[in-house]
Amino acid sequence: MKVLVAVKRVVDYNVKVRVKADQSDVDLTNVKMAMNPFCEIAVEEAVRLKEKGVATEIVVVSIGPKKSEEQMRTAMALGADRGILIETDEALDSLAVAKLLNKVVADEQPGLVLLGKQSIDTDNNQTGQMLSALAGMSLGTYASEVAIEGEQLNLVREIDGGLQKLQLKLPAVVTVDLRLNEPRYARLPDIMKAKKKPLEVKTPADYGVDTASKVTTLKVEPPAERQAGIKVASVEELVDKLKNEAKVI
Amino acid sequence: MSILVVADHHNADLVAATANTVAAAQKIGGDIHVLVAGEACQAAAEAAAKLEGVAKVLVADHAAYNHQLAENLAPLVADLAKAYSHVLAPATTNGKNLMPRVAALLDVAQISEIISVESADTFKRPIYAGSAIATVQSSDAVKVLTVRATGFDAVAATGNAAIEAVAQDAQDAGLSSFVGEEIAKSDRPELTAARVVISGGRGLGSAENFAKLDPLADKLGAAIGASRAAVDAGFVPNDMQVGQTGKIVAPELYIAFGISGAIQHLAGMKDSKVIVAVNKDEEAPIFQVADYGLVADLFEVLPQLEQQI
Repeated sequence: MKVLVAVKRVVDYNVKVRVKADQSDVDLTNVKMAMNPFCEIAVEEAVRLKEKGVATEIVVVSIGPKKSEEQMRTAMALGADRGILIETDEALDSLAVAKLLNKVVADEQPGLVLLGKQSIDTDNNQTGQMLSALAGMSLGTYASEVAIEGEQLNLVREIDGGLQKLQLKLPAVVTVDLRLNEPRYARLPDIMKAKKKPLEVKTPADYGVDTASKVTTLKVEPPAERQAGIKVASVEELVDKLKNEAKVI
Repeated sequence: MSILVVADHHNADLVAATANTVAAAQKIGGDIHVLVAGEACQAAAEAAAKLEGVAKVLVADHAAYNHQLAENLAPLVADLAKAYSHVLAPATTNGKNLMPRVAALLDVAQISEIISVESADTFKRPIYAGSAIATVQSSDAVKVLTVRATGFDAVAATGNAAIEAVAQDAQDAGLSSFVGEEIAKSDRPELTAARVVISGGRGLGSAENFAKLDPLADKLGAAIGASRAAVDAGFVPNDMQVGQTGKIVAPELYIAFGISGAIQHLAGMKDSKVIVAVNKDEEAPIFQVADYGLVADLFEVLPQLEQQI
């Protein structure tokens, strides 16, 4: 079975993001970039499926600027066999991304598409769900366990209040949550080998997809800053403040 | 304008965040209809009919809609959506699972986790784990939104809307099926709806120690949450996680024990009205957002606090 994994280049999760002075966007000048953490988990799961002999080929796809190749090479060092970069410098919305991925799905006919549940930049949490609708595939979001049995995928997913078990018919779109696995690090020899793996570069126009968004960002501002409060010296003082100053107990 | 709110519910009852979503719909303005799609979901429909500001409740009762599987439910919502200017759902796991699939079927964008309504087409939403707030404007014919409950005060349950069955040729798409679920049973209030939340972090040290939060929680009628570190360490199950990828809470009182305050955790609780932090490390970032900080050993503080409250 062929597995398609989508990865996104985003700001490193340790970076404290700041808003530009003109409030047009966040300032990403000279900021460390990395693979979206949820995408790393998706790649790891694909690699594990290959190690189990379930996946026969892993195709990594990314939509973004030229430099997304760095993250794709990382995915290849971890075990992806080849890559497709759909290069664009525009920040596409989730619908446009899902439409492009749907074209790749049509070309590649994967049995399973793995994505992160959300990217930590826009925090949209939409692409996998949208792709499943466009491709008419079954959908499993927030996966914490994935097992493939013949034409079925047994899924455990994280929901409010606990866990839900679903059975999905393949081909399926699965978006992964934090606890599905713990991604490994790439080994140096694999990083070297990854440089030689095939990486095809395309553009949105090659797929004939209109990527214009109907949603415009008018302004990006910092959140209301919370004023640091005071340190209390004892439990007595704390209880007194909560009762008589904050009046919450 | 008319607005369709897709209720989140468990057939027998309504998920609280639905009332906050109706509040967001009121801010947009217009006739508000609530869709309750499930199986044997009359009780949830009756609860929805009581929500203030709701003009009509639409009930789609069919086995295919049980467990709110997106593959079955999205075509129903997308079909109904054509008669509305806005479709809203709470940003619960059900809402977030369903709404992008609805939007894609309608060929429109979806706007996630709005925290404020600026006008009928302009909304604010957090990005970068709440490090920035974006104001976005949509020119789509139907605006498909999920609503972060903490951004809107729930409407009262004083209404009396008509309930109407929607005749739909419900079909099971045959793509996925429900096998089972493990829902944590608890007598405590639900994390996202509680007036007081007590959270523990890595500082608790073990699952046994985590139980030491119980007496104080009992006394305050509080829900218990956890940081990702505590969940990853296996102290508590993942549905207790407060943070960017867990639950977003904004209670009147949030008490953090042994939580350092990673940005991903702060993203889930910094809109709480009053924040108390107890931590041994006086440099812990949690103190930067706490109204009242206590640098102390939490195991000494817990019994004292329980006694004195």
